[in-house]
Amino acid sequence: MAEVLEKPKKEGLFSKKNIAIIKDPLDDSNPVTVQVLGICSALAVTVQVKPAIIMTLGVIFVTAFSNLIVSIIRKSIPTRVRIIVQLIVVATLVTIVDQMLKAYMFDVSKKLSVFVGLIITNCIVMGRLEAFAFAQKPWPSFLDGIGNGLGYGIILITVAVFREFFGSGSILGFNLVPQWAYDHGYVNNGLMMLPPSALFLIGGYIWWQRSRNKKLTNIS
Amino acid sequence: MKLARKLVDSVKPKFAKGSKLEKYHYLFDAFETFLFVPDTTTKNGVHVRDAMDLKRTMLMVIIALIPSMLFGIWNTGHQHYLAFGMESSFMDNMIFGLIKVLPIIVVSYAAGLGVEFLFSITKGHPVSEGYLVTGLLIPLTLPVTVPLWMVALGAVFCTLLGKEIFGGTGMNFMNPALLARAFMFFAFPAFMSGDIWTDLSPEVGHQVVDAFSGATNLVVFDTNYASLPSAWDMFMGFEQGSIGETSVLACLIGAVILIVSGVGSWRIIVSIFVGGYLMGLLMNILAPADNLAHAMHTPAHFHWLMGSFAFGAVFMATDPVSAAQTNTGKIIYGLLIGIMIVVLRVFNPAYPEAVMLTILLLNVFAPIIDHIVVERHIKTRLKNA
Repeated sequence: MAEVLEKPKKEGLFSKKNIAIIKDPLDDSNPVTVQVLGICSALAVTVQVKPAIIMTLGVIFVTAFSNLIVSIIRKSIPTRVRIIVQLIVVATLVTIVDQMLKAYMFDVSKKLSVFVGLIITNCIVMGRLEAFAFAQKPWPSFLDGIGNGLGYGIILITVAVFREFFGSGSILGFNLVPQWAYDHGYVNNGLMMLPPSALFLIGGYIWWQRSRNKKLTNIS
Repeated sequence: MKLARKLVDSVKPKFAKGSKLEKYHYLFDAFETFLFVPDTTTKNGVHVRDAMDLKRTMLMVIIALIPSMLFGIWNTGHQHYLAFGMESSFMDNMIFGLIKVLPIIVVSYAAGLGVEFLFSITKGHPVSEGYLVTGLLIPLTLPVTVPLWMVALGAVFCTLLGKEIFGGTGMNFMNPALLARAFMFFAFPAFMSGDIWTDLSPEVGHQVVDAFSGATNLVVFDTNYASLPSAWDMFMGFEQGSIGETSVLACLIGAVILIVSGVGSWRIIVSIFVGGYLMGLLMNILAPADNLAHAMHTPAHFHWLMGSFAFGAVFMATDPVSAAQTNTGKIIYGLLIGIMIVVLRVFNPAYPEAVMLTILLLNVFAPIIDHIVVERHIKTRLKNA
């Protein structure tokens, strides 16, 4: 009998609800294609796959831990100055990412240049803090940060795969287009090296996603 | 003709509603109405139908394009034999030109219409005739040396992203043919600019003459306008350039056909020419006096004759879908195109062919121009009321 009187069952770490928090941003509420946030870095760092992957990891780190930290201290933040507090948290994390890249992956950090620093202004980070972490418990917030970072990463890496393959004929630096194709007149597509192509590709992705996912057809 | 009618009638039931090939009804419909005037009558609403439907409009533009196309074919051969220093007759030029130009036209039509048919089958809307013109305009804006698979890619791109995703013919906010060219220009710059304007496929026993230079007038005038060919040569089109753009005369014949048949707007054509000329005059006044070879000294009427000014003004800017709709708007739209072409040509050597980008830019601005014109009109009417 004593067991029955115990407090209601604690939610598991990976309960259905928590899994949904990670899974939702991958498709149904993707930060880039559905919420249309963080577009500018998607245009800028997707020329090659490697910087895109590094950028994704950076954003996942920042969103996850800023969500976690803000969620832990959410009750002691006065609402009137919350943006500043959030910014300090985000800026600290971004600085950590930036310094890590400079220390261990200098060439990639050169390629990403200001865009690592600009994670601070990435709307996804602030958007999740305001919309989710400020009202939720730390663990779901952390998962939400990971999910949104991944959702952002999916788009970034998909676009980068297309751009690097058609623009330079390689993926992650490995040449995939054989020499005989070039000998027969194949030419790399110069448009793919320019930022507008990322916009076309994201547009194409949104088109494909909405024609497949019936939940999104009525969102405008 | 009777044979064709019989043939069409014999297969017609197979495509009717509810029969086996229903899916392809609109495909069949497109071919039938292409061959014959539709025999259907309107049941309600408007009963008077103009003979000038979309199909006839498009055919009119194609007729207007024929002089440019024929001249382009001749000029392809002419420039080729000129580069090798060979004598050639009219027929030699035409035959060489046909061999080179015809595949480009065929590929452009095949690729673009393929996408159109695909969409008409999957989306179940009738195939519209818009691509008939686009498919001919694309080859005429390209250099003759362009690889065919690039033409196909450009045509697919412009039909898909320029037209179909906005809802098909009549919904595009940019000129699809120019979009195809812009796509190819940025995707394959090595094949769309530089010394690629003359077909230099080798001739047995002949070498390219020493005096041959692949530079077009637009590159020449940027360094020293005085070394341009004579105005007469540029007017007639004996120069290098994209297939259809070189001859101003052929474009003007096309312009007359378009204006007389009422398909093209004379306001747009005239105001583009006027805008370009006025800007050219202004450039002459402001030109630096100590540097006589500066591009700003170019006589204003040379801007009409160089590059694709005339072709763009007559065939590209007048596209009724993407141009401004109001009469005042058309004049503003045309003037701005003319002015900006000259400004970009003179001050931006990176994009010597400014016509394409300028028209695309003003295509985007056309709805705003219309909006301002209408708003102003409402305001003046209210004031006078």
